[in-house]
Amino acid sequence: MSAAAETVSDNAQQIAVEVDNVTKIYPGGVEALNDMTIHFPKGELTSLLGPSGCGKTTLLKIIAGLLKPTAGKVKVNGVDVTGPGKERAFVFQDFALMPWASVIRNAAFGLELQGMNKSEREAIAEKYIDIVGLKGYENLYPHELSGGMRQRVGLARALAVNAEVLLMDEPFSAVDEQTRRKFQEDILEVVDDEQKTFIFVTHSIEEAVYVSQSIALLLPRPSRVSEIIRPDIRRDISPDAIRRDPVYLDIVERIWQGLRTYVE
Amino acid sequence: MSSFLIHPLTLRLVSVVIAFGTWEYLGRIPISPAFPTFLETMSALWGMLMDGSMISVYPATFQPLLIGLIISSILGIACGVFMGLNHKAEWFGAPVFIVLQSAPLAALIPLLTFAYGIGLTSKIITVCIMSMPVIVLNAYTAVRHTPTSMIEMGESYLGSRRQIIMKIIIPAASPIIYAGLRLGAAMGFIGAILAELLITPTGIGDLITYNQSIAEYDKMYAAIFSIMVFAVLFIEILERTEYIFFRPDKRVTQ
Repeated sequence: MSAAAETVSDNAQQIAVEVDNVTKIYPGGVEALNDMTIHFPKGELTSLLGPSGCGKTTLLKIIAGLLKPTAGKVKVNGVDVTGPGKERAFVFQDFALMPWASVIRNAAFGLELQGMNKSEREAIAEKYIDIVGLKGYENLYPHELSGGMRQRVGLARALAVNAEVLLMDEPFSAVDEQTRRKFQEDILEVVDDEQKTFIFVTHSIEEAVYVSQSIALLLPRPSRVSEIIRPDIRRDISPDAIRRDPVYLDIVERIWQGLRTYVE
Repeated sequence: MSSFLIHPLTLRLVSVVIAFGTWEYLGRIPISPAFPTFLETMSALWGMLMDGSMISVYPATFQPLLIGLIISSILGIACGVFMGLNHKAEWFGAPVFIVLQSAPLAALIPLLTFAYGIGLTSKIITVCIMSMPVIVLNAYTAVRHTPTSMIEMGESYLGSRRQIIMKIIIPAASPIIYAGLRLGAAMGFIGAILAELLITPTGIGDLITYNQSIAEYDKMYAAIFSIMVFAVLFIEILERTEYIFFRPDKRVTQ
């Protein structure tokens, strides 16, 4: 059944982001990516999972257009990436909020940079502040929020520009464990509701298995995609039931067995 | 009661009382005939304020001071920000200002008098060379230390170079730029008085030297005290403008 389902979904699925033969060598000669090819299906959340040094953040920044590949090509919806673009939005590991700007200004900042007028952009930002669960906090400043709430502002900012592809660079790594779990549950809802393509960098196996439709397992030295895993876990049960689901636990265990040799 | 004792305002008041109390005590010993007590100085200050002899000299001091500070703020921040954004400008400019900052600038004053005479120009330049290096170097360091992720954020949301500078880099740098401005303003006050002591005795500098020469030490100290009060007030106002224009978040309780 699962084999048949996969073929069907593969045929029906369009590719949102194509990474073809991308190599990245940093000035100084450090090779972060070596001839990497990977395709991201539209409308799904794909995780980039791997030990540190496997180039997952580099790959994400190349897709974002923040870094230029040394060789190879990235296409988003069939169009070559030459720099940042309107169809992509980035969620930063350290939130990258402006401490001098209120929650609503931060959330609306992508639209502000596009030149949208204040009332229009604040109406949109307000909607997404509500979606990420921060209604009532619009006029606070980032230093008055907890880490988890700050990242919710970062997410609202990314959703507000209505990009098709959301690039998330370890978005929950600076957030405490309890908040993180709640956030993971919420992100599943956002993925369902927004019909966007998410590319999600993480170094947490549990997180990847829990939130992703597919997981690209990256390995270092030389950096490569070792495997694409589709953790077909049940989504119709409660979050706590999922975390105890044998299928979920088996996938986590399998990925860990694959990775453990690369962890010093 | 204990919260009253550690309230910032109480602590500030206590520190002022201790400083002035020590001054009064030392004046009463006395440590030197040329050192008046705090109360003597205050009564001299009151007298000079009342007879107008102090207020009438201030315009002469403030003219070069304010012109000098405005020039060095605008030019200094512009230079510093440019050096922070552009590596070539940094290589060209940074050594000049680093040398200027550590050079004994008072020693240059005779040279300035030689080149520009004893008028307003020399005094303005004195204020500028005192205050500008610290303003430039702070602005430059501040811009250089803008968090990388914040600039990447601006780029990924398609901000133009100009938007990234105006909306991200400058506000992010403003606390350190303002720290430079405050230090620069303090140096500027020193420069203005130095110019009046070393170039031509005018304004408050004249009041200081004149009263010193006729041994009216209480008046001399009153003049020095008044310029210090002005400097503190000026720097305080500067800090407020930062909160208003750049960092509304700092007005919210920290």
